[in-house]
Amino acid sequence: MGSILSGAEAASLVRALPGVDAVGLEARAAGLSTRSVKTTSKAHAIDLAISMIDLTTLEGADTPGKVRSLAAKAMRPDGDAPATAAVCVYPSMVATAKEALQGSGVLVASVATGFPAGQVPLDVRLADTESAVRAGADEIDMVINRGAFLAGDLERVFHEIKAVKAASGDARLKVILETGELATYDAVRQASWLAMYAGADFIKTSTGKVGVNATLPVTLLMMQAVRDYRAATGIQVGVKPAGGIRNTKDAIKYLVTVNEVLGDDWLSNHWFRFGASSLLNDLLMQRQKLKTGHYSGPDYVTVD
Amino acid sequence: MFEYAPAPESVRPDIKEHYGLFIDGEFVDGQDVFKSVNPATEEVLFTVAEAGEADVARAVAAARRAQETVWGPMSGTERGKYLFRIARLLQERAREFAVAESLDNGKPIKETRDFDVPTAAQHFFYHAGWADKLSYAGLGADPKPLGVVGQVIPWNFPLLMLAWKIAPALACGNTVVLKPAETTPLTALMFAELCQEADLPAGVVNILPGAGAAGAAVVNSPVDKVAFTGSTAVGRAIAKAVAGSKKKVTLELGGKAANIVFDDAPIDQAVEGIVNGIFFNQGHVCCAGSRLLVQESVADDVLARLKERVSTLRVGDPLDKNTDIGAINSAEQLARITALTEAGRGEGADVWQPACDLPENGFWFRPTVFTGVQQSMRIAQEEIFGPVLSVLTFRTPDEAIAKANNTPYGLSAGVWTEKGSKILWAAERLRAGVVWANTFNQFDAASPFGGLKESGYGREGGRQGLEAYLDV
Amino acid sequence: MSERLRVKKTYKLYVGGKFPRSESGRSYPVSSPDGTELANAALASRKDARDAVAAARKAQRPWAGQTAYLRGQILYRAAEMLEGRAGQFAEELADATGADPHDALGTVEAAIDRLVHYAGWTDKYTSVLGGANPVAGPYFNHTTPEPLGVVAVIAPQDDPLLGLVEAIAPAIATGNTVVVLASEAKPLPALSFGEVLATSDLPGGVVNLLSGKAAEVAPHLASHADVNGLDLTGADPELAASLEAAAAETLKVVRRPGKSGKALDLLRQWTEYKTVWHPAGMAAGAGGAY
Repeated sequence: MGSILSGAEAASLVRALPGVDAVGLEARAAGLSTRSVKTTSKAHAIDLAISMIDLTTLEGADTPGKVRSLAAKAMRPDGDAPATAAVCVYPSMVATAKEALQGSGVLVASVATGFPAGQVPLDVRLADTESAVRAGADEIDMVINRGAFLAGDLERVFHEIKAVKAASGDARLKVILETGELATYDAVRQASWLAMYAGADFIKTSTGKVGVNATLPVTLLMMQAVRDYRAATGIQVGVKPAGGIRNTKDAIKYLVTVNEVLGDDWLSNHWFRFGASSLLNDLLMQRQKLKTGHYSGPDYVTVD
Repeated sequence: MFEYAPAPESVRPDIKEHYGLFIDGEFVDGQDVFKSVNPATEEVLFTVAEAGEADVARAVAAARRAQETVWGPMSGTERGKYLFRIARLLQERAREFAVAESLDNGKPIKETRDFDVPTAAQHFFYHAGWADKLSYAGLGADPKPLGVVGQVIPWNFPLLMLAWKIAPALACGNTVVLKPAETTPLTALMFAELCQEADLPAGVVNILPGAGAAGAAVVNSPVDKVAFTGSTAVGRAIAKAVAGSKKKVTLELGGKAANIVFDDAPIDQAVEGIVNGIFFNQGHVCCAGSRLLVQESVADDVLARLKERVSTLRVGDPLDKNTDIGAINSAEQLARITALTEAGRGEGADVWQPACDLPENGFWFRPTVFTGVQQSMRIAQEEIFGPVLSVLTFRTPDEAIAKANNTPYGLSAGVWTEKGSKILWAAERLRAGVVWANTFNQFDAASPFGGLKESGYGREGGRQGLEAYLDV
Repeated sequence: MSERLRVKKTYKLYVGGKFPRSESGRSYPVSSPDGTELANAALASRKDARDAVAAARKAQRPWAGQTAYLRGQILYRAAEMLEGRAGQFAEELADATGADPHDALGTVEAAIDRLVHYAGWTDKYTSVLGGANPVAGPYFNHTTPEPLGVVAVIAPQDDPLLGLVEAIAPAIATGNTVVVLASEAKPLPALSFGEVLATSDLPGGVVNLLSGKAAEVAPHLASHADVNGLDLTGADPELAASLEAAAAETLKVVRRPGKSGKALDLLRQWTEYKTVWHPAGMAAGAGGAY
């Protein structure tokens, strides 16, 4: 869906957003973190989390072989465990992933727009996006122009997202804010709304390539943004924390937060994702523990 | 749906079938025996001796002897070491105390575990450090203790209020006779056991369970100082009882705090603050933000978010780690909350409660939000001391301050705005001993707490809190 | 040549910056210890006490809202005014107490010096009594002493000027306003002191002076719901006990008779601490590493 707002309108709406109190936000996130999820709830949460993973490999050393191995894991993580939501790769690997995942229902997500820095000309970023879509990507994970955002040129960020949205065609667009570089919660709130006004289908925290990636407070803040955006416009947008979520305990904290801030409407992989790689194996080991009653070890899950 | 399975706390403290009075380092019989009930189940937890006047006299005599012969002459350094030791023992046995408090009081384990017990330990640790530094407290070169202190504490934070009372008293060289609340003596008695474990000299701390009569006996006994936390009505009676005597007195009484939300507030955090302000500890908090004053221009938005948030609160088993709101402490308190809530309906305010199941046994009350409340209504004037919020609106900052201050109480207040100068402007004008700006219900041993007007006088915590226990 | 008729002074109350007679129309004769009749003083009624409390309440916020520097300058101005009239006050004091005129002058000078002392406190006690508190969390936490509000004072009976200044100065230095019931038998120096205050740029209502019978007026001050503090220094033990009990009804802060006090203790007596919390976390945030 294209935005009906002009860049100037969107920028001015975004600048008028109320502030965020950092300590209060972090206290709320800490409070949600104390929820104790045990037994049947934990089993449910683990399978839900697995189904929400965008199993990711974004390395210079990625090869078709590596991507095929990852795709296999995504489709059949372990026994009767559910498949992950998607596999997330570079544009050059989309075709390989698409072929490997054919018919499985596991989607192909491709980072694009000069990932991770986004510091290439817009036409190159758009070409990057188009090629990923042509190769069969179901979802595009773009990065915003943090330089323009921090320089105060919100209109430019808005227009660029809009252009990438157009270039993405039918693929769902995830807009990576790179919250670690935006530095303040106020900026994260503004960037979230700007991305949604420009047509984002998902807002995503991070590339995984900078010092600070997804945190629970930042993700909570973005959840509040999508909640409020739907209340204001009727349009539902998904949320994807990415980077740094490595174990089951952390993943469950995020699910608890979705549950209590957004509720049922967001509790599926159509609206919530984890951008992660090592998280899957920890979830699988915890899953084995629940089934067998004893702790599992890394040799009982596959290295992919 | 993502339902949380029951997550019961597994630690169980060693609760005895019967507790005596703790006088002069020993547990002894009292004049009578009463029962302590788990408010979440109405089951009897244990029986306990009730102190009579003779028991109070014995305890005060023991405290006097201990003060004059042991605790008073002891160096501050040594007194401090006892308090440090108590703080450490409390930390070591924190989970037992937390569970015991939840059982006896009804408050959720989440709060006893993360707030009551750690903060109580912090008070001992903090005041331990003062014991040999009183000359630096700004209260004279060598300030002297008062002597024997009589202390009467409420049921809403049983162990924490004990810590607020005993830690500074002992640090300053006084000895104490403390009466815990009738419905929540357990952690005070466990604390007495802990004093034995710490080898605290006999008579320095005396714990006398009982009801109002025992409290009055403590107040009227030959103590040098009375410290009370509780209702304004009882505080008034104590102030009258000590009139004309040489007893020093400090009182921490009721409140009807305004929590002011301006239109430029960080709204999501304000909603959290509103929830924490009134639903923390079932609203059994003297400084609870029981009156929400919200600027008319954002009132609808704030209320919608508030109701959505309150709907996620989990009411039930205090020992479940996911419980947000536990049991009301007693049938008596439940009756009072119910009566005032009925008064609110009767006066025409609109009542809202989330749909949530309540356990069959025990004392429970749903989180409640009254809208359309006017200053003149009882629910805007009287302390309810339960999970009931009264929402009023205002148009201008001046009106907000005027309404906030329009109460005989003056304990606490909240202000929510992103504008720093407005915070300072409001904080300066609010008649309250504690002002929370962009936060609420924060407590710390280093921060003085206490009220003005009919919320009492004297401070607890911080350097200023020492004034209450020194002869200055 | 006939001898000039001396103009005698009428001693009136000092309420809200004005010098009214008692609304009751009553007065009472005041004599020196040797029995010499000195003057008639207005005999304040409970309604005068009520008016004085109203005046004090009205003046309190604006007075507390003045800068500490200005409050200090006004107290210093009062010292200057008293210095200029030291001779008159020495005479009145000698008449009132029977003291040796030289000693009386010494007492006046001590009163002047007390005013100067408290003039210097107005912009310091906040720093001395308050401060920052290192709480165990991401919060700025700060405690400041604030004025209690309206303080009713039963002034010392036998020390009608210095004792009066000692009672008034610390209370108003910290932003309180006061209603003072002057020494019953020796009210004249107090009432003259009102004239000093009235010419010292002290806003009307900050200090209100009543003369009359403590047993008659004081209970109305002690029970008045809009009075926040009660200084019983000049009350006899029996009256003090009953006034304290009356004050308990609205939980007033009470200073009992016989309680000695250093300047800082007196300043603290009529203040209460306000502690303000605020999150300190803006610098942190989404990029928590910063």
